[in-house]
Amino acid sequence: MLREPFAVGDSPLHRLDPRIRLVSAVIYSCAAALCREFPALLAALILSMALVAMARLRIAEVLKRLLVVNGLVVFIWAVIPFTFPGEALFRIGPFGAAREGVELATQITLKSNAIVLAFMALVTTMPFSTVGHALHRLRVPDKIVHLLLMTYRYIFVLEQEYQRLIRAARIRGFQPGTNLHTYRTYAYLVGMLFVKAIDRAERVRWAMLCRGFKRKFYSLHEFKAGRGSVIFLIFISAAVLGIAALELRPVPW
Amino acid sequence: MTAAAPIIDLKGVSFGYPGGPLILRELDFTLLPGDRVGIIAPNGSGKTTLFHLIMGLLKPLSGRMQIFGKEVREEKDFAGVRRRIGLLFQDADDQLFSPTVLEDVAFGPLNLGKSKAEALAIARRTLDFLALNGFEDRITFKLSGGEKRLVSLATVLAMEPEVLLLDEPVNGLDTRTRTRLMEILLQLTIPFVLISHELDFLTATTMTIYTMANGRIRLDQELTLHQHLHAHPLGASPHEHCPPE
Repeated sequence: MLREPFAVGDSPLHRLDPRIRLVSAVIYSCAAALCREFPALLAALILSMALVAMARLRIAEVLKRLLVVNGLVVFIWAVIPFTFPGEALFRIGPFGAAREGVELATQITLKSNAIVLAFMALVTTMPFSTVGHALHRLRVPDKIVHLLLMTYRYIFVLEQEYQRLIRAARIRGFQPGTNLHTYRTYAYLVGMLFVKAIDRAERVRWAMLCRGFKRKFYSLHEFKAGRGSVIFLIFISAAVLGIAALELRPVPW
Repeated sequence: MTAAAPIIDLKGVSFGYPGGPLILRELDFTLLPGDRVGIIAPNGSGKTTLFHLIMGLLKPLSGRMQIFGKEVREEKDFAGVRRRIGLLFQDADDQLFSPTVLEDVAFGPLNLGKSKAEALAIARRTLDFLALNGFEDRITFKLSGGEKRLVSLATVLAMEPEVLLLDEPVNGLDTRTRTRLMEILLQLTIPFVLISHELDFLTATTMTIYTMANGRIRLDQELTLHQHLHAHPLGASPHEHCPPE
């Protein structure tokens, strides 16, 4: 079951206007993503950690999520340093790790951790439906907001349907192995899930039509940007400018 | 419209999926104001299809459909029908597509052009009527089966329909929710058509019970005296059963 462990809380960040948080997260991530200089990237990482601390997230849950991200980063480390042309920094057997490659992999590691931490602190600290409504208020098109909220709503139903199918297979003695029978069974399962999803989509569309749906998104949420939110926006803007300054006029190592 | 004019009047309606057999075969059906009709029939006899035809979700192959005294044929004819007839879907997960209960209940009124404040007021009133206060901010997919059913009913009632179509509303409900649903239905003042497999629920809530066979609706009013076989331990010893409460 998917959960949203950070959505409810009483930290200063939780209390900020969701729109401000979304905008901040996007601006900040763009800035971090564009940086190449290490002082700027380190500053971003430290700022992200500070944001997570401000949001008072459970460290264990945060680390669990970082582990997933860095699982992907490991692949980058396994490939990029060894496929980059240039002087070798160190060698593993016949493979030389190029200095530029190592630098690039380090940059990617720092960036991705900084961005994920910032999103954890700013975006996962609100329920997903709030994300949808905040996006709507930020003038994201109705279709995208609908798509987002519907996907979120029906992921759970699809997950249940998947569980039902896999249970049905298990109680009839299905044990996954490395053989054609297993692959075929999983293919059937996935196929079945698609069929069910299409069926479900049709019925949901009908249910929406029956309630007079006219392709318009209505939001009952009212957002108020209080003083705290404005101060936060100024703070994040200053931080982004600071990171940009470090990037453009790097302090010598 | 005179008092006796039918709300729903279907004449010789046939329906089948392309390449398949006919599910409904020249079906006639009439719903009069004040009617409370029950339909009991085996699976696959076309009950749900009948509802979907009335709402214009499926189009009949042949036949004539009049709803609220007007011939309905095209998609645009049904826009008006859907405003005035509420359909409770068999699967509550189809009906509840918004993240929170309040949003889902307010969805219909908002589509009908109500202002945000009006829609919220209607949603709250409807939840009150169903004794679902405190459910406003609950997440729809985290509700229990029974709660989902009641909230679905709220989403339909919030449209303030003139007629209700209920597709197996008691399916899978526990006794308590079942009783609650029964009480709610008995409080309703609008006519409704209710599909169910449970005869006792139908006899308690409706006035006429139809059954379906060969793609048609028929009225089975003859009382047939019959016995039920049942089994339990010590069944061989002479004994009596208490009548149900």
